[in-house]
Amino acid sequence: MSFSTTARNHRRRVSGGLNPGRIRRDFPILSRKVHGKPLAYLDNAATSQKPQQVIDAVSRYYSRTNANIQRGVHLLSVRATDAYEATRERVQRFVNATRAEEIVFVRSTTEGINLVAQTAGRSLLNPGDEVIVSQMEHHSNIVPWQMLCQEKGARLRVIPVSGQGEMLLDEYEKLLNPRTRIVAVTHVSNVLGTINPVRKMVEMAHGHGALVLLDGAQAAPHLKVDVQELDCDFYCFSGHKVYGPTGIGILYGKWKHLESMPPYQGGGEMIRSVSFEKTTYNEPPHKFEGGTPNIAGVVALAAALDYLENLGLDRIEAYENELLEYATSRLSQVPGLRLIGTAPSKAAVLSFVLDEIHPHDMGTILDLEGVAIRTGHHCAQPLMDYYGLPATARASLAFYNTREEIDAMCRGLRKVIEVFE
Amino acid sequence: MPDLSALYQEVILDHNRRPRNFAVLEGADHQSEGFNPLCGDRVTVYVKLKGSVVVDVSFQGSGCAISMASASIMTESLKGKKLEEVEALFKRFHQLVTGKLDSEDHFEPDLGKLVVFEGISRYPVRVKCATLTWHALRAALEKRNEVVSTE
Repeated sequence: MSFSTTARNHRRRVSGGLNPGRIRRDFPILSRKVHGKPLAYLDNAATSQKPQQVIDAVSRYYSRTNANIQRGVHLLSVRATDAYEATRERVQRFVNATRAEEIVFVRSTTEGINLVAQTAGRSLLNPGDEVIVSQMEHHSNIVPWQMLCQEKGARLRVIPVSGQGEMLLDEYEKLLNPRTRIVAVTHVSNVLGTINPVRKMVEMAHGHGALVLLDGAQAAPHLKVDVQELDCDFYCFSGHKVYGPTGIGILYGKWKHLESMPPYQGGGEMIRSVSFEKTTYNEPPHKFEGGTPNIAGVVALAAALDYLENLGLDRIEAYENELLEYATSRLSQVPGLRLIGTAPSKAAVLSFVLDEIHPHDMGTILDLEGVAIRTGHHCAQPLMDYYGLPATARASLAFYNTREEIDAMCRGLRKVIEVFE
Repeated sequence: MPDLSALYQEVILDHNRRPRNFAVLEGADHQSEGFNPLCGDRVTVYVKLKGSVVVDVSFQGSGCAISMASASIMTESLKGKKLEEVEALFKRFHQLVTGKLDSEDHFEPDLGKLVVFEGISRYPVRVKCATLTWHALRAALEKRNEVVSTE
């Protein structure tokens, strides 16, 4: 079936309140071909594609506004500063933070986690204290804590997961104790798709006086995040996974923490005054934003969030759930295929393995069919070890994906099986 | 469009299904482990030398079809070779899979069955899969004892 027919079918079948046919036209890359086949981009957990609105925002910023921010008196600097700070307010509304100053712009989710580890974490931890992470964390929510624990003589403890890929809350309860200072867990697993009961986990940690950081890299693109409702102390996510540019990460922190935390990197913007005897630091969030930031990236992030909220995160969630259900059932019909991560509460991420066929070989053959998936350990080696797998194949879906693309993947997988028969 | 059958040739699929010399080599005097963190491929290579001649070579491990077949065919290609011939063969194999084989510089040493990996040169991300065992082999021969990584 040609893409134009696919698109027409979708215009007729308005699904979950969304119209994927119309949406796809906003994403220029989705109409390109790879290896002569229509692209089926199913690697959204790695990075999402960008709508024209975001691409235009980057181009418009550099064509019309570009200047350095915060201290310029000239018009362009004022405009650039306004656009940058307006995005902070935009992000505040997106995650329902109490105030815009609770939003810190960083490079990535990874940098957000490192910032918290190196500032709040470093001041909090003493020898013998404990930090809790889970078995299903991305390396970027393990290694910063491991480094900090080594430095401080603290202990890293791990919440186990079930075979289905659910956080074992009873085991978590047993790990919490008066030495627990920080709990750092993922909101949605990048491998299993599991949506974790983070509201409850935050409450349990607070009951023991521990702070909680949530890794929201995989959650923010798919479900409505409300940091006040979650009551987490820190929440991190990435611009490029919410259809914005790469090189932008967002750290939310409760004001009381940001205020008392020491600065992260020394430099311009993060200071109030500098002399060789003494430097006084700026207020949050500027205290954590030393160096000229990715201004164009921040400005274009606002366009991405506008785009998402115009579609409606509830409608996105509903449509992606439909797709997940369809993909789960279609993949289950592929002979010898085993899904890894079958928790009842899941985002549209499907990890799987095939009997006797390495995921890397699947990835290459699917690529030749135009189907882009991820294969490997997905930066979650401890989770792979738990399942006794060197790697999985992973399809991760977005609101612009269609049932036809899932069919193309399943056809590709049957071809894989044919080659290896 | 690259041709699938040029990559997954029948010989490669056969060696993946039934790897040759897939065992721990009793009395091996050299061994080394190779690891490809990109896809989790892991192989251990065992070598027995007599003077400077490879008298036996085997491997064990797990990984994608390309890495398993490459390891299997490598072990078949090395028996009876002198160390300098092994090194020359590696260089030529590396040129083959990276698409840098100099056609002027013919046929020395003869790649033999290794030519089935010619298709790899069109898949740059898979070159590491094809060369992993060779890197482990060289580390074993140099008696380096650490795990060799492709990264």
